[in-house]
Parts: sequence; C-alpha cells; structure tokens
Amino acid sequence: MTTTTVPTVGQHAGRRFDWGQPAVYFVALVCIAVTISPVIYLIIGGFRTTGQINEDAAAWPDPWVITNYVAVLTSENFWVQLVNSTIAAVFTTSGVILLGVLAAFVIARYQFKGRDALFTLFTAGLLFPLTVAVVPLFTMIKGLGLLGNLWGIIIPQVAFALPTTIIILVPFLRAIPAELEDAATIDGAGRLGFFWRIVVPLAGPGLVTVGVLAFVASWNAYLLPLLILGDPSHSTLPLGTQAFATQYSSDTAKVMAFTTISMIPALVFFTLAQGRIVSGLTGAVKG
Amino acid sequence: MSTSTITAGSAVSTAGPARPRPRKRRFDIRSFAMVWGFAAPALIVYVTFVIVPVGLAAVYSFFNWNGLGPLERFIGIDNYVRALSDPTFLKAIGNNLAIVLLSLLIQGPVAIGVALLLNRPLRGRTLIRTLIFVPYVLSEVVAALAFKLILQPSGPFDALLASVGLGGLKQLWLADQNVVFWTLFFVLSWKYLGFAILLMLAGLQGVPDELFEAAAIDGASWWQIQRHITIPLLGPTIRIWAFLSMIGSLQLFDMVWVLTGGGPVNATVTMATYMMQYGFQRGQLGFGSAVAVILFLISLVFALLYQRHVLRRDFEGAVGRGA
Repeated sequence: MTTTTVPTVGQHAGRRFDWGQPAVYFVALVCIAVTISPVIYLIIGGFRTTGQINEDAAAWPDPWVITNYVAVLTSENFWVQLVNSTIAAVFTTSGVILLGVLAAFVIARYQFKGRDALFTLFTAGLLFPLTVAVVPLFTMIKGLGLLGNLWGIIIPQVAFALPTTIIILVPFLRAIPAELEDAATIDGAGRLGFFWRIVVPLAGPGLVTVGVLAFVASWNAYLLPLLILGDPSHSTLPLGTQAFATQYSSDTAKVMAFTTISMIPALVFFTLAQGRIVSGLTGAVKG
Repeated sequence: MSTSTITAGSAVSTAGPARPRPRKRRFDIRSFAMVWGFAAPALIVYVTFVIVPVGLAAVYSFFNWNGLGPLERFIGIDNYVRALSDPTFLKAIGNNLAIVLLSLLIQGPVAIGVALLLNRPLRGRTLIRTLIFVPYVLSEVVAALAFKLILQPSGPFDALLASVGLGGLKQLWLADQNVVFWTLFFVLSWKYLGFAILLMLAGLQGVPDELFEAAAIDGASWWQIQRHITIPLLGPTIRIWAFLSMIGSLQLFDMVWVLTGGGPVNATVTMATYMMQYGFQRGQLGFGSAVAVILFLISLVFALLYQRHVLRRDFEGAVGRGA
C-alpha cells in the first residue's frame, strides 16, 4: 500500500511542507501499524486466558490475567536460556569485532600480494549458508568435545559473521584519509599506534554497526543451537521458545506470554542501539 | 613470497621521493608481517569453521552416507542426479527464485519509498524508525511462531478482516497450498522490510543536505529531487541491499521451517528445508550434502554475475575514494 502513496506525495511536491507532511505521517502510521500490531497482539494476548482466546481471537483481555507471565518469569528454563543467549551473543560480538577489524584494516589500507584473493575469499562467505556446512560443523564440534557447550556455537558464529563484518568495515577503514596516517607517522606513531589510536576510534560507528549485526544474528540464531545445544535446559531463547510452543501448543495464551517475554531483550537492546546503527551504517568518517 | 611487493596503499602518494632505499625495504618486510599478523586470526577461524565444513559437505555429497561409520560407499554424482530429477526439489528451486524476484520487485521499491518519505525532519522520527525496525530484531523463530498464532483459522487476522467487512477474503492462510506461498512472502516482507528501510535511510544520510537545498532553490519539486538526485546517489546502497536480499532469499530456512515446515504438500518448500527434510531428517547425509552443494552453486552463480555486472563499480569507486 505504501508504493501507491509515494507518487501521491510526489504530486504535491512543490509545497512539500504544506501537503507532504500529513501524508508522510499517514504513511508512517500505516507502516507502524503493520509492523507492530502483531507484536502488540501477542503482548495483550499474553494477558488473556486460552479460554478467552478460543472464544474470540481478537477481543480485549477480560479480565486481565498475569498468571501466564508470572509462570514464564518464574520458570527456571527461561532464565537459563536468557543467560545462555546473552553469553553467546556477547562473546560472538566481541570475537567478530576483534578479528574483523584486524583483517579489514589490512585489506582496506595495504597493497599486498593476495589482498584481492583474501577479500574475495571472505566475500564468498556470504554464499555459504550455515545450512550447507551444518553437518560437517556438527561433526567437528563433537570432535572438539564442545557439544552442549556455548563455545560450540560461539566459534562457528564468529566464523560465519566475519564475511559481513569485513565487507562492511573495509569501506569504513578505507575512507580514513591518508593525511591522517601521514600526520600520525610524522608525529612518531608506528603502524600499530596508527591502528589503535586513530583507526579504531574513527571506525567506532562502523564497529558498532557490525557489532549490533553480529549480536542480533547470534541472539536470533536457531539452526546451530538446535544441533549443538540440544535440550531446552541448555539452550538459547529462540530454541527455548520453539520448544515451549511445541510443549504447550494447546495453551495459546501461555505461548504468547513466553514469546512476548523472549522478544523483550532484543527489543530493548535494539532500541538502545538503533541510533548508533543508523549513524554507523552511513559511513563513519567525515573529514 | 619474497617477490611480493607491499606498500602501504595510502602512503604511496606522499611517501615517495625523500625516503632512503634501505629504510623502504625494511618497511616492506614489517608490512608483510603486519598484514598477515592482522589477517591471520580471522583467516584461520574463517577457514576452519566455514571453508573446511563446506568442503567436507562437498565430499560427503559423492557418498551414500548416513552420518555414522566411515565414508565408504562412493556413488559418484548419483545424489545430484536424484535431487535434480525430483520434482519436489525443482519446486524448491522455483520457490527460492520466486522469492528472490518478488523481494526485489516489491520489497525494494517499498523500502526506498518509505525511506525517502521518512528522510526529513519529522516529529518523532526516532520513534517511527525504531518501531519500523522492530520486526528485524525479532528472531525468525519468534516471528514465525507469532504469525502461526495470528494466522490460525478463526484467529485474530481473520477476525480483523471480518471486523472491517472483508470477512469474505478469509483463507486458510497456512493450510491452503494455493495461498500459503503468498502468506510466507508476506511474513518475510514483514520481517525484512525494516532492515531494508534501515539501510536506505542510512544511505540517505550520506547525501548532503546542501544538494537538496540547492535543488529546491532552483525550483525542483520534491519528486524531482528524489528522482534525479536522491535515488541515483542511493544507488550503491540499493545495490548492496539487493545483493543481501537475493542471497538471503536463496538460503531461506528458519522462517519457513517454523512457519510451515515447507508444506502443505511442499507448497513452501525451499532448497534449505528440502535438504533438512529429505536429507538430514532421513539420515541421508550424502544426499543432503548434494542438495547443499547445489544450493551453494546457485547462490554462487547469482553472486558472481551480480558482482561482475553490478557491484564492481561500487568497489572500484570505493578504492578511488580511499586513495
């Protein structure tokens, strides 16, 4: 529906602030309604009983019940899964940022034999979905004795996040003006000094961007935890949510409550990171 | 190796004349150590946990192997022949290609349009953006579970349709094999439009305001400004988005697996869910690996063509700007 609205606004373009603004708000409202109404529905659904939902799927809670949410928040599995998801995401993010910025830095700023091959190799990683590699990965992780261990998902996640990270960081690092490097050299900074004191701070927004992407990817990962972590008491949230939905498939309200609560950490985190990611994606270094 | 010439790319233009030769040579060796010292950790992790498993998958694909015991029954390309002569797998390829195409033709323009509209001073712009990005941060599993509840027969979506007088449009959204593909595409769009809009908005922030002001002073209309200034400058962002979208569409798994499991009657089967269902769940890891390799090869062809014909310009542009 938004596609048709765009040209409509365009026709009024000459007086954009008189006519455009209300139309823009309208489009924004439509978008917001479409994107968040399913989420709102789940949140509210969690305050109903399954009986109420079966009676009328779209009604308001009557009365509001908090038992579903209380049940989820007092279940041990939920908290274990929350902690597991957090640990996996934090370590994946740190690993990706550290390894990614080092590799992207030399790819972006040095001429060396094999540079293009190296970049192409990492770029090719975009084409390897986890699904292609998952069975050999499972065998390898098992061989390393990491089944049921969070490191068994963290390390492969770092590896699979590296292509995107490097592809995003290379232009960022390349855009740091050569004059800065010359100035740093004249001031007596070595290569490493230039890297740590100039490149890393200037690439900050880019690092935040790739960090957020890696964090979200890890937080939302499904296939790898499913195979590596196994049963719900050792798993991460998406896996736990799916297991819960299967286990309580007849208790719709409870599933809604669990699904809602498992959304909250990602929503909160992303709301906080949102401003940074937008500015991060734009190309960090300006002057 | 000793023949490799390493120079700090950015230093070339200024370092030149005054540097004494011996110093420059030592410079090279240290650069070499630094380059590979920096690149090695990422390279090792990446090769070990991405390239090697993918390679192993390729090896498995030539065997009749159930995952237990040694790889013994070499069967050549039989697995590939079997996959490519299975109508269900061909349907899976078709579904993936359809989603690639629909995403580019529908999600792309919508995302660009919304981003153009929102890229202006608006009251509550931050809030609007945050809310639009909400679906992107939810996991595919959670999103799929949510829509499973919402789209169930006589569920809230049907109730919503009825309440606005469109009850006649009611469908078995997830159970009717003629409808479910479109349901899947809608849910995918719901999930990923936010990311596309986010990317486009980020790209738009790179377009200097002065250009708009200049064009406005020259009497250009809002639409003319977008058409002739903004959208062309947004080109690199659009091309990157299209690339990510294509590759993502070809590799689709989590959402389909949780939402429909590829059904009903294989109506939403994708290459990845086919691999899971007909390969791994039946313990036919060799066959599953062959499917994985085909999935990879199709992605590769797409990516190479795209990179050669479309992205190349951006990369060269970036090099030019950096130097």
